[in-house]
Amino acid sequence: MRPLFLRLFLLAVLAAVLGTQTGCDTVKPWQRKTLADYTMRGDRDPLTDGMLDHIFFSREMASGGKGVGGGGCGCN
Amino acid sequence: MNTSLLKKLTLAALVAGTFISAQAAWKTGDALPDLAGFKLEGPLPAALQGKVVVLDFWASWCGPCKESFPAMNELQKKYGPQGLVILGINEDEDAADMQDFLKQNAAAFAVVRDAKQKLVATAGIQTMPSSFVFDAAGTVRFTHTGFHGAETRKQYETEIESLLKK
Repeated sequence: MRPLFLRLFLLAVLAAVLGTQTGCDTVKPWQRKTLADYTMRGDRDPLTDGMLDHIFFSREMASGGKGVGGGGCGCN
Repeated sequence: MNTSLLKKLTLAALVAGTFISAQAAWKTGDALPDLAGFKLEGPLPAALQGKVVVLDFWASWCGPCKESFPAMNELQKKYGPQGLVILGINEDEDAADMQDFLKQNAAAFAVVRDAKQKLVATAGIQTMPSSFVFDAAGTVRFTHTGFHGAETRKQYETEIESLLKK
């Protein structure tokens, strides 16, 4: 018989492993409806883009070089 | 519960976890499963046996899928009389999304909805759209991920023609 703390430790590991397997899942490619929505695009509003650019430029002397094209569809 | 049993259980859980997260996707050489077993919404084309079949997984929210529709329509019209069946498998969770899409983008090929998303999970695709080209014997011969305009369309034509000749 092993010491109690080892058994408790193993039990905790088992619980943690089982816990992560029920709680985590990846978004499947066919479940990306919400991510593919227009509102998920970082560059959907040119006015906001311009304002943010202006703020970054005033505050950090930096502009451009931010964001990527496309939404979260992950298509193609 | 003794410690060795606990250890074994922990190991089993770790191993199981690794395999559960790994997906088996359809690949070249696999057989067309019996589609009747997937509770697809909408009528399946009457006879798939002996036909060259393209299964195309798409959804209304997917831009490249929309782009692929005119090409798919033309392929169906061009090669349908020679024995091509294109079957669009819709993956929208809401049937209304699919219907709205089809009102704007009419499909000249058969479309069914994989309401339970069981077929797509079996196919294990990584990208929308994805499609599988089956030969007349019902074996996967070509696979496509994404739709890249004229380039993909040309690939389809070459593949379909090569399979129809046999």
